[in-house]
Amino acid sequence: MTIEARFRIDRDEFSLDVDLSVPTRGITALFGPSGCGKTTLLRAIAGLEHHRDGFLKVGDMTWQDSDCFVPPYRRPLGYVFQEASLFAHLTVRRNLEYGIKRVPAAERKVSLQQAIELLGIGHLLERRPARLSGGERQRVAIARSLAVSPRLLLMDEPLAALDVNRKQEILPYIESLHNDLDIPVIYVSHSPDEVARLADHLVLLEVGRVTASGAISDMLTRLDLPLAHGSDAEALIEATVAGHDEAYHLTHLDFTGGRFTVVRKELPLGSAVRLRVAARDVSLTLEWQSGTSILNIFPAIVDEVIPEGKARMTVRLMVGGVPMLARITRKSASVLGLKAGKLVYAQAKSVALLS
Amino acid sequence: MLSESDLGALAITLKLALLTTLILLLLGTPLAWWMARSRWRFKFLLEAVVALPLVLPPTVLGFYLLVALGPHGPVGGLMESLGGRSLAFTFTGLVIGSVFYSMPFVVQPLQNAFTAVGRRPLEVAATLRASPLDRFFTVAIPLARPGFFTAAVLGFAHTVGEFGVVLMIGGNIPGETQVVSIAIYDHVEGLEYVHAHWLSGGLLLMSFLMLIAVYALNRRFSVVQA
Repeated sequence: MTIEARFRIDRDEFSLDVDLSVPTRGITALFGPSGCGKTTLLRAIAGLEHHRDGFLKVGDMTWQDSDCFVPPYRRPLGYVFQEASLFAHLTVRRNLEYGIKRVPAAERKVSLQQAIELLGIGHLLERRPARLSGGERQRVAIARSLAVSPRLLLMDEPLAALDVNRKQEILPYIESLHNDLDIPVIYVSHSPDEVARLADHLVLLEVGRVTASGAISDMLTRLDLPLAHGSDAEALIEATVAGHDEAYHLTHLDFTGGRFTVVRKELPLGSAVRLRVAARDVSLTLEWQSGTSILNIFPAIVDEVIPEGKARMTVRLMVGGVPMLARITRKSASVLGLKAGKLVYAQAKSVALLS
Repeated sequence: MLSESDLGALAITLKLALLTTLILLLLGTPLAWWMARSRWRFKFLLEAVVALPLVLPPTVLGFYLLVALGPHGPVGGLMESLGGRSLAFTFTGLVIGSVFYSMPFVVQPLQNAFTAVGRRPLEVAATLRASPLDRFFTVAIPLARPGFFTAAVLGFAHTVGEFGVVLMIGGNIPGETQVVSIAIYDHVEGLEYVHAHWLSGGLLLMSFLMLIAVYALNRRFSVVQA
């Protein structure tokens, strides 16, 4: 099942020409600098803006084509705006109920109680929006959009208007949507950090055009895309908790390319985690190093090497089919004789757990 | 104290103001909504027409209404040909005149209130499955409530204070079209200052109280919405 969207929007100062197909599973991030058309595209998907040259199909539902346009209120979607935009004249509870009341009982899959618990807002129900903090407001807004049991959830930079602490407050809730509810999400963001934490699928937008689209782990490590070239370039690895080492207080995390060992985390066996390995924390050797303090060493095949400025190289590696990046000096690359297809050992100095 | 004809004038005034306010709220709400939302190129023309009674001498408005509503005017003529009577010098004529005369006092606060609500809450409601009509009643109107209150009080108070228009099209028929402002004028003409004082003082107090209510409530609303 996919979401297919084609829009062509021409305005004096801005044009958008997009032909997009993304999966109806997980979180798809629309990522790009401000002014690239992310929000316009999201509003067109919601039907908040009606552009004549458009086609939109979500799974088996056609929302727009040359002879039909389903108005937004007839689309089973949820929309979270950048500002919470709660109804000022209604309490939190009535805000949440506003949408539910308008959804036929047979289509209600998410209960009010579920939405309230998921976002942890049970203690706020009788308050007015004016008496909530920014973070609380946005949590209520997210719960309100979930409570209509959307078949597609659209989020327009829901964290952009919040400070760092409030962001940290809300991110876990959005991550949990992912695991607890099977609702596809399209998430607009210009923050690489949010994208790395949340996205499964990434769409890169630039001046109204889609420059690339694909699975997040591929997109972050593709050397023809800008993401792999920043100083904080990184790879994402999906792993599962395989066991704990009680003696040394460590946790083992397995992925298709091997096993990471990290400082012990209180996670149940079998639970899924997302790991983040920065390119600058990965070094390469030609032989397996035994006398080293580094725990995470994997045999890897060099996939592609390209220069990064005058002194550095970025290396894309495949570790058991999983892409990783290493940032090394040009001199090292030459000493090691790195080229595509060569077998090396990748040593990850540090690994961050995202969820 | 107030004589029986003074009380009659007061009753007619209140009835006129109440009816005018009601009609204006009913007609003015969709009009103000449209003016707040429309991007029509010539919208400014309509805005100017609505604002006209603010600057026009009431006698001018009254004169044209008299011509239109009288037996030879388009409206009055139509009424007579349908077997009714012309609307000049009737209470109905007064209501029609007042609706025009007080229109900006109702439409402008409503338009401002709808503009202040903005598009966002309505878009939110649309993504929560509310149809356009549903959004209008459950989001736009409640959020514009302070505007409705201001519009109702200003429309009412302004109609109570009418003089020129009423004089032109209402005549001065006690018990039918004689309103307080004209009764006061009559008293002064007849040098009955005590009566004029009672009526004038009453009107002054009533207008003042209504405006106090508007400002006090608007202050409370703005605090709530901040």
